[in-house]
Amino acid sequence: MSDDHLYMTLAEGHDDDTRWAYGTGFEDPLHGVDGAVPDGIDTGELTAVCVALADDALVLAQRLAEWTTRAPELEEEVALANIGLDLLGQARLLYSRAGQVDGTGRDEDAYAYFRDADDFRNVRLAELPNGDFAFSVARLLVLSAWRLAHFERLTASDDPVLAAIAAKGVKELSYHRQYAAEWVVRLGDGTAESHHRMRDALEQVAPYLDELFTAYDVQDEVEAVLKQVTETAGVPLPVCRPQPGSGRAGNHTEHLAPLLAELQSVARAHPEATW
Amino acid sequence: MAAIHADASADRAEPELREHFEATIARDQRIEPRDWMPGGYRRTLVRQIAQHAHSEIIGMQPEGEWITRAPSLRRKAILFAKVQDEAGHGLYLYSAAETLGADRSDLTNRLIEGRQKYSSIFNYPTLSFADVGVIGWFVDGAAICNQVPLCRSSYGPYARAMVRICKEESFHQRQGYELLLTMMRGTDEQRAMVQDAVDRWWWPSLMMFGPPDDASPNSAQSMAWKIKRHSNDELRQRFVDMTVPQAEKLGVTLPDPDLRWNEERGRHDFGTPDWAELKRVITGDGPCNDQRTERRRTAHEEGAWVREAATAHAAKQAARTRRTPTQKGAVA
Repeated sequence: MSDDHLYMTLAEGHDDDTRWAYGTGFEDPLHGVDGAVPDGIDTGELTAVCVALADDALVLAQRLAEWTTRAPELEEEVALANIGLDLLGQARLLYSRAGQVDGTGRDEDAYAYFRDADDFRNVRLAELPNGDFAFSVARLLVLSAWRLAHFERLTASDDPVLAAIAAKGVKELSYHRQYAAEWVVRLGDGTAESHHRMRDALEQVAPYLDELFTAYDVQDEVEAVLKQVTETAGVPLPVCRPQPGSGRAGNHTEHLAPLLAELQSVARAHPEATW
Repeated sequence: MAAIHADASADRAEPELREHFEATIARDQRIEPRDWMPGGYRRTLVRQIAQHAHSEIIGMQPEGEWITRAPSLRRKAILFAKVQDEAGHGLYLYSAAETLGADRSDLTNRLIEGRQKYSSIFNYPTLSFADVGVIGWFVDGAAICNQVPLCRSSYGPYARAMVRICKEESFHQRQGYELLLTMMRGTDEQRAMVQDAVDRWWWPSLMMFGPPDDASPNSAQSMAWKIKRHSNDELRQRFVDMTVPQAEKLGVTLPDPDLRWNEERGRHDFGTPDWAELKRVITGDGPCNDQRTERRRTAHEEGAWVREAATAHAAKQAARTRRTPTQKGAVA
């Protein structure tokens, strides 16, 4: 083949808007989906579930994005970005569903960019700074184990849109949990330093476990997963006093506001702009 | 070490091996890793592929800075995916270099110690979100002009890596241009941001094709070996010809008073880039050189304990498996 031909093909304009990475090539994440809410559904409750799960995903995706160019190896650059992109995709779908259900018609960006920290309903574990790689993978293990268990339940939701979003998410979250579990085991078992760091990481994560279990009954399932992984890693999950308060009620650590200030900076500096 | 050893034996090679190599190149067929090749061919490829890999990895930084600040969730996903692609490109290219006997960790050390270079373009700062669009349009566009001919490079693993990379780069260019089209339809402030970014990135982008042909020391041999297919000046001309109509459609002005259509040549005439600036940036004196290598060094050094832990775990697992051959290995 002549490279001139190949060159022209690449350089010429393209009218099609083929999707080239999931969640990147279209304006409305729920485009083409029937947004009607079935009778008998409590729209307030459905909205709250969508927003809380979207906030968890967006805030954790933001933390994962902070690893970009800072990961310990190139394979981890790719993997952490994959997980971040999956979560960002989940956030987009869930915010879009919330906007359909709560009657405001708000789009995904209205939720992400134009609410303040005390309106966010994510768990505090998601917003804590990245710390070292041990803390980041320990946190990812806990959040993905919980989210996977919860999404598995939601595949049977009375809302068909939420059920479909959950079904798609289950496949992604299975990989996230596997990735995190493998690293918790490697670090727990690896060297004296990595073992020590993983022990510290689990101590930092443990006080935030309780917050995850307040609303949904997946506690036994998640604890069984965490027990299996941490035992294999040789670093037991410590039992400790839970941190009082809950991000689900809008009570956050001091770390959320700066995270959102960065996330929202350009959008809020140009509120009339189109992107 | 493997590469050095291969070079030494290559220099004493039988004439028929050399003839076979030259005949393969002449027939436009590919050289594969197990084929005999001259030491200089191997060294040139390792240098070029490593520089290309380093450019992908360092190139994650200028745009990566904006992932956390992207002004819509759609733009955030696009940019995150794009920067991830660059990490993937770096991985394929380091793998292609390893088929020539190089070692990724050694190449990484050469990068962070400043012994190997990367594209000069990534030493310029990204000052607004419009820079994300202009980098996609100019920098990825220039990369396409440079790299599409490399899909026919004589070294097989490099050529095959380039096919995949070029496909992804073409999406990157489109997303960059599409962001700019959207911004130009927005507010006056957004249009000014786009023009400002165009003004800052145009000349550095033209420099991406390297020095002019009469000052490019390695070009002739690389062209003879068909590692490289077109001269720096020819590729620069193609880029200008491709970009001018796109700039018109977008409604921005390219910052070159000498830029005009030459009816006789059927191509655009354009001004001369500031080659002294290119030289300064290449020799380490650009606006962000220290910052870029420092970030890469910090990530590499701070990740050392993680890589050591993974290696230690793998060794322990292997030992455990040897001790209990009948039992299945533990998790992970």
